[in-house]
Amino acid sequence: MYAIEVNNVTRIYQKYSARHRFQTFKSALLKGDLFRALKPDELVTALDGVSFQVRKGETFGIIGENGSGKSTLLKIIAGITKPTSGSVKTDGKISALIELGAGFHPEISGRENIFINGIMLGLSKKEIQDKFNEIVRFAELEDFIDAPVKTYSSGMYMRLGFSIAINVNPDILLVDEVLAVGDAAFVPKCLDRIDDFRRRRKTILFVSHDLATVKKICDRVAWLKAGKIMTIGDPSRVVDAYLQDVVERQEREFERRQAELRRQVEIRSKEEPEVEIKDERKEVFIEVRPEEMRQEKETFERSEKDREVEAKEDERREKRWGKREIEITRVTLKNLQGQAKHVFSPDEGMIIEMEVVAYSRIEDFVFGIGIFNSQGLYVYGTNTHLEDYTPISIEGEGKVICRIDKLNLINGTYYLDVATHKRDGYPYDYHRNLYSFLVTSTYRDEGITRLCHTWETTPNIKLKPPEKMIKNNQLA
Amino acid sequence: MLKIIDNLKNLYRYRVLIQSLVLRELKARYRGTILGFVWSFFNPLLLMIVYTIVFGFIIKPRDPSFGSSPWHYALYLFCGVLPWTWFSSSSLESANVLMIHGNLIKKILFPAEVLPIVVVTSNFVHFIFGLPILLFFVLIFGKPFTLYLFFLPLVIFVQYVFTLGFGLLISSLTVHFRDIKDILANLLTFWFFATPIVYPMTFETIAKSKALKVFLNLNPMTHIMQGYQYSVFYGRLLPWKKLSVTFVVALILFFIGYYVFDRLRDSFPEEV
Repeated sequence: MYAIEVNNVTRIYQKYSARHRFQTFKSALLKGDLFRALKPDELVTALDGVSFQVRKGETFGIIGENGSGKSTLLKIIAGITKPTSGSVKTDGKISALIELGAGFHPEISGRENIFINGIMLGLSKKEIQDKFNEIVRFAELEDFIDAPVKTYSSGMYMRLGFSIAINVNPDILLVDEVLAVGDAAFVPKCLDRIDDFRRRRKTILFVSHDLATVKKICDRVAWLKAGKIMTIGDPSRVVDAYLQDVVERQEREFERRQAELRRQVEIRSKEEPEVEIKDERKEVFIEVRPEEMRQEKETFERSEKDREVEAKEDERREKRWGKREIEITRVTLKNLQGQAKHVFSPDEGMIIEMEVVAYSRIEDFVFGIGIFNSQGLYVYGTNTHLEDYTPISIEGEGKVICRIDKLNLINGTYYLDVATHKRDGYPYDYHRNLYSFLVTSTYRDEGITRLCHTWETTPNIKLKPPEKMIKNNQLA
Repeated sequence: MLKIIDNLKNLYRYRVLIQSLVLRELKARYRGTILGFVWSFFNPLLLMIVYTIVFGFIIKPRDPSFGSSPWHYALYLFCGVLPWTWFSSSSLESANVLMIHGNLIKKILFPAEVLPIVVVTSNFVHFIFGLPILLFFVLIFGKPFTLYLFFLPLVIFVQYVFTLGFGLLISSLTVHFRDIKDILANLLTFWFFATPIVYPMTFETIAKSKALKVFLNLNPMTHIMQGYQYSVFYGRLLPWKKLSVTFVVALILFFIGYYVFDRLRDSFPEEV
């Protein structure tokens, strides 16, 4: 019934310390027992009580971050490593695509390597002879098959490895992230082959970081985290749960990094008077410029221009300047539901909340934001003055909220400037690059921003919309 | 013990793999060289020439069994050097083989003992290539062939078991104790001179000293080498009792080697 049964498998890796590594045969003998001397000093649990079953004919995916134990699990199922406890039962011939071309000998020809690799993977000589042409054709190596393997490019090497492994014609195929290295033409060919396997109701265990492919080809998916199975089930549900977890981790990472960054900038602006001097120069600069360019009315634009120049000189180093007559004490990024976060989807809205304090009554003030992408490109900026808000007065504590209804940015990390200054540009408190956020989504569009758009065609052009869109329409 | 026999049965299924790997080793070793397979006998031949010049012509053979012919002495040398080369290169290569093929052990499911077996076997094939050369020289230098030549396969078999046992032991231990490699290189030099290869057992200093005789007799390689020398050079019945004991020793070494290998097997994928 089941092709693979994994029962409560635990795998503990033994980490030998440096002292142990360089232990000599002699000292082991002197201590008496050779085998006792081989005891490890530290244990690393790679898999912790993992259990699941894979039915015959099922395509079963395993996802999880690096180091979560995916490869170990695959090696245990393949029988290459033994579990520390627990058991694995498999029914049928297994072929493991763990590393392609692992057994190739560089000095001998592709032809000879096919035979040896095939035998290692469990084929008989006769079987290899029968499949030889097919293997060579699939690998597209007809012209090179008699050249030594060391002359092959890494792509040729990989193709040959894949071609042999797939032609072993196993009942159970274990695939470990091997498709990640193929070129644009070969990967679809491999996926075709895997699809072919699925059609013939063979069992496939598929380990990948390519979540889109996992969603597409797997019947069920298990999510492995730190050696434990978190969930098993429907691909979209498990992939979403996994992505949610990744986002949460990114959140924490962002939070930690930004807290650290602000602390450092704070120390720097206190310790180094240089920053203050720079500010004064900037003040002078701004005072001079209106005379030079009288026709330009918008001080903000000018400050943007010199900001751009400075960006190149300075690589947009994190900074904070200003005399802080008005101080921005805290900036929080939230979604429209008011939940503080750093990882957004392009379809989400964002609230930039600034907590400000004015230490005296001030009547000339502007609040502004600027968003930069990771290349330092200015993506968007605005301020209350540009949008013709007229300052009346500010005194004491308060909040300034900039609400973006829909972010519409492409995937990537963005940096945020927030500032409060006079209408002529004199800075009260300027925070450069002190805040960042991440935009992630499954969209693959390019450019700078994601413009609101839809695709439509006249009926004579047949264009199938993506499945999720069809689903959404059906729901609506 | 039962497990070992089970494992050996299992190994039989992998004979095709062993066979192709040996073939690959042989092909790969001399690929790119001009002389190719000729090197298989050239190497021991060159060594023999050096020994003949030094011990035959400079120091001069003082043992009556060589008459006063340096050529006979060269022949005697060749009888020992050829199988010794098989033993010593097998041992040295075994020490490295699991690390060299670490990638295989980590990525592909197959019994790891295939690797030392391949090492010993491919060196055995080189040895076999050298044999006709040896017999050819026997003819040239006027030593008669005798029926005792038919004992040769027996000696070869004993040496095969002994070498394999040693190879299994060395290869598995080296994974954990890398310094065995260096110890081994020195040990083999010492071992070479502690075996009657450059000198005969009948040499007067040995014949006089009881201690030396006992010492040499304790060395299993002594009896294996003597097996070759008796069958080819002397043309006499080899000391079969001593060789039988050596065979038992070889078997014991084989089982110890296999046992240690088996005990350490699971640690290979992590340690190599």
